[in-house]
Amino acid sequence: MKKKNFLSNAFSGSMRGRTISFLVVIIAYAILETMITTGNLTRLFTSLLVPICAYIVAAIGLNMNVGFSGELNLGQAGFMAVGGFTAAIISGMLQTTIPNEILRLIIAILCGGIMAAIFGLLISIPVLKLQGDYLAIVTLAFGQILMSVVTNLYVGVDSTGLHFSFVNNNITLGDGGTMLISGPMGATGIDKISTFTAGIVLILISLLVVYHLIYSKEGRAIQACRDNRIAAETVGINVSRTKTLAFVISATLAGAAGALYVLNYSSVVATKFDFNTSILILVYVVLGGLGNMTGTIISTTLLFALPEVLRFLSTYRMLIYAIVLIVIMLVSNNEKLKTMMEKLKVKGKKNKEATE
Amino acid sequence: MTETKTPVLEIKDLGIDFGGLTAVNDLNMTVNTNEIYGLIGPNGAGKTTVFNMLTKVYQPTRGTITLDGQDMAKLNPVQANKAGIARTFQNIRLFSNMSVLDNVKIGLGNSIQYSTMTAILRLPKYRAEEKKADAEAMDLLEIFGLADKADMSAGNLPYGAQRRLEIARALATHPKLLLLDEPAAGMNPQETQELMDMIRTVRDHFHIAILLIEHDMKLVMGICDRITVLNYGMLLAQGVPSEIQSNPEVIKAYIGE
Repeated sequence: MKKKNFLSNAFSGSMRGRTISFLVVIIAYAILETMITTGNLTRLFTSLLVPICAYIVAAIGLNMNVGFSGELNLGQAGFMAVGGFTAAIISGMLQTTIPNEILRLIIAILCGGIMAAIFGLLISIPVLKLQGDYLAIVTLAFGQILMSVVTNLYVGVDSTGLHFSFVNNNITLGDGGTMLISGPMGATGIDKISTFTAGIVLILISLLVVYHLIYSKEGRAIQACRDNRIAAETVGINVSRTKTLAFVISATLAGAAGALYVLNYSSVVATKFDFNTSILILVYVVLGGLGNMTGTIISTTLLFALPEVLRFLSTYRMLIYAIVLIVIMLVSNNEKLKTMMEKLKVKGKKNKEATE
Repeated sequence: MTETKTPVLEIKDLGIDFGGLTAVNDLNMTVNTNEIYGLIGPNGAGKTTVFNMLTKVYQPTRGTITLDGQDMAKLNPVQANKAGIARTFQNIRLFSNMSVLDNVKIGLGNSIQYSTMTAILRLPKYRAEEKKADAEAMDLLEIFGLADKADMSAGNLPYGAQRRLEIARALATHPKLLLLDEPAAGMNPQETQELMDMIRTVRDHFHIAILLIEHDMKLVMGICDRITVLNYGMLLAQGVPSEIQSNPEVIKAYIGE
């Protein structure tokens, strides 16, 4: 009896979305892990798993911003760069002091998230004074600035500590010192400590944060500001504070995602996190459905894997990719399909009520 | 019923200019607790402008607004709400993508006490506070006959129900003064009658002052204790409904010479 209650609770009302998202992620993890251990997954796919996890986390963060807060943010990749390169520095610094890889990964991801949050907070001050298209343009610019700064950054570590510079030959390292980030060459000599399991755990944590936030006082306020700014003010919601919260959480998740991504490769260049990547994440979010976390997870997985699957088509693969995007857009915006889904939902509800 | 006549809202010499245009000038009025007060006047008389000044959407050029002894001069719209003024809008402004219940819970927002971290970690305090908020929101929806529609999306409600939900949401912020901007607009006579009863219930239940703008004279004369008439931004007449109805100036302004 109690178990049944728990089950119906998990699928009722506010808990439903969270439960479904969790199930999708956990089932996918179980299947993929079995396939890896039985050797049924090609090397190509295994190498895609961690990047997919990273993009899912970044997309969940962006969905918080675009779907719930209603602000178009085109700088998500910039926050990924901040988080990723912070994580590269931190993990490089701690390589000798903390030999435990899992602990080092956790610390690196946390630091990446926190650093992105700080940048998110600073950027939100000028950005959130704007609305609509203007806000989108400014976030785009900030994303590019963040990426450019990282591209020109040189960081080295030796026994005396960290050395920063924006000009390469300024850094003279002591004995046993290593360069962690060397400007346009990007982060080099990263120890690859990201794992698929860590990626899945990070996805679950970000889902938990986003779902729990949405069904709270602050989450309702975030959606209220999206639906009607003036009405939100007259019921006592501090609009700029609320929007800042959504923006910072989105940036934090992007930072953590960047950390997971960077620590999966031995070297990463900052230009990986350019405008195209921001747009890519936005595409995942829009096709997955604004405010729909499960949809975001599925669309990110499929759309990230698609170009790799189509690799045998060589130059034609981006053409096919573009066509797939257009078709999905058309289908998901089809009025007839929408009304049909709506009818099915109502019917299902009625059936359920009838059986009760 | 013993009426306590303490003033909640005091407006002194209130005025606002938009560039060279004076929209409202020299407005004086006092609204007491447990009072339903009507603000009427022909189109363009400046009624909604007065509401916007009270809620600090517009900053008055001249004059003072005092709410329950507190000077409102330096407040912004959010602080004005926290000080105790809540309103509805002439063109309904609901959070239309959210459920009816959530709309009211947004109004309750400032009386729900937990931090963002508590919410993310789902600590027991979160559950306790949400349960309390749910109960209070449902009570409010009950008063406005919306309890059975709590899970519906607010944008899908019929027109009259949307107007009632807006009042419920405003009341959720625990105001001392409730401003209703044309609450009966677009309602049929029966709905208007129900609305009148509801407004009276609200006053008796919450013991607050209600200031309303309305064009439906049957409603205004039926429920208002006192009325102020505005014309071209100026005070034209003030008094109880019977005085207003027989005032030749008012008749002239409405019907013309």
